[in-house]
Amino acid sequence: MGLSKKDILDIESLSADEIRLILESAESFKEVLGRDIKKVPTLRGKTVINLFFEASTRTRTSFEIAAKRLSADTINISASASSVQKGETLSDTVRNIEAMNSDVIIIRHPASGAPHFIAKRLKASVVNAGDGAHEHPSQALLDMLTIKEKKGKIEGLKVSIIGDIAHSRVARSNIHGLTKMGAKVVLYGPKTLMPKGIENIVGAYGDTPLHIANSMEEALKNADVVMMLRIQLERQGQSLFPSVREYSRFFGLNGRNISLAKEDAIIMHPGPMNRGVEISSEVADGARSVILGQVNNGIAVRMAMLYLLAGGHKEAVTSQESGVRS
Amino acid sequence: MEKKGHILDTKGIHRALIRIAHEILEKNRGSEGLALVGIRTGGVFLAQRIAGIISEIEKADVPVGIVDITLYRDDLTIGTNQPVLRGTEIPFNVDGGKIVIVDDVLYTGRTVRAAIDAVMEFGRPMMIQLAVLIDRGHRELPIRADYVGKNVSTSRKESVNVRLVEKDGVDEVTVTEL
Repeated sequence: MGLSKKDILDIESLSADEIRLILESAESFKEVLGRDIKKVPTLRGKTVINLFFEASTRTRTSFEIAAKRLSADTINISASASSVQKGETLSDTVRNIEAMNSDVIIIRHPASGAPHFIAKRLKASVVNAGDGAHEHPSQALLDMLTIKEKKGKIEGLKVSIIGDIAHSRVARSNIHGLTKMGAKVVLYGPKTLMPKGIENIVGAYGDTPLHIANSMEEALKNADVVMMLRIQLERQGQSLFPSVREYSRFFGLNGRNISLAKEDAIIMHPGPMNRGVEISSEVADGARSVILGQVNNGIAVRMAMLYLLAGGHKEAVTSQESGVRS
Repeated sequence: MEKKGHILDTKGIHRALIRIAHEILEKNRGSEGLALVGIRTGGVFLAQRIAGIISEIEKADVPVGIVDITLYRDDLTIGTNQPVLRGTEIPFNVDGGKIVIVDDVLYTGRTVRAAIDAVMEFGRPMMIQLAVLIDRGHRELPIRADYVGKNVSTSRKESVNVRLVEKDGVDEVTVTEL
């Protein structure tokens, strides 16, 4: 099977089979990344645009490297240095970019739903690289790839996501993805940063409910995977917790409370880290941390996403695979 | 799909592979520096069988690799959905080696072109040769096989089906009308 979608906008709209397809394709691309020549000609002649309305190092670079490894041409546009500054609407900006024959537009935008808005208006494929507090699908996919790689499976694992759930698009994408893949997801964070009704968002995926822990101990106990979230100081209009120091004491992961998790638990963080706030350096750089492995897997996952969106052609129908090759 | 004829059965396939194994050894004067690379999916099983026969004859193991040519195809943009990737595994050094690419059917030559590109990304082999079980003609590129199990003249409207025990539970080669 292939991915029968024009866009990848969120994990919520992907099926478990589609997630598996992306992860399996990503494993093939990891092999490519391990070669001396880390490049394949698959997307030669295609154009991939990185359109970023928000600051990003990791995600933008990762998408750019992924596209280049597939031999696509890449162009980066950041809103601060574009005609957005002159008052152009989002719709006009992307339509102009599409008129330059681009095949895939990767967008990060502070407004939730912006990628969905442009996807409806464009023939080009749209990839959401993070929209407001909504979703960040490529991050969740690389997290799932990392878990699958380190743990051999996702199903049945206890995955604890801890921190600022309310502002975290990474958490939202992971909650959808991990529960679809059969993990037991546990959330924990300050009550002010825990969205009301969050436990209902996965109601549709059957018997793998979301659990909200009442203490750090409960969240960490017997966890297979601990995913710490960044405190998004820049997104906080008001004080949602008294002080960074207090946050660190009650909601931070450190050398002491980590022993509550399973002995072979892995520690994840989507970055950028606030060292000493949500995660201590001791843990972030420790043996169980897979944080840099996540970054490496990010390239493979994004190659898989671009390949599955731009590698095939949507209209054609002849599926005599053996007739085409050999 | 109408069945038009049986080309090879279990014994026929085995005999062809034994001959190919001998020819490979003859042409390369033994198995020194030799490695086989099967093209997914059929070519992989044939490469493993040829390697087995070679090791019986020479009492020496020949490494077997796998290429998935999907990423090197020239028809990704005209095909339908993206084929599922299954990965390339070449667990040996190809630099300076004699690589024999193995596939089930040689047709347009485009798959082989892609496989050559894929192998070359891993280094600079001394030479690349090609072994196929069936050559059905209709080349679209200047490519020929060094070792052929059986030449079969076909029309473009026909399809050559190589079924192998490892994937289909039976060894046979048939031609059917599309």
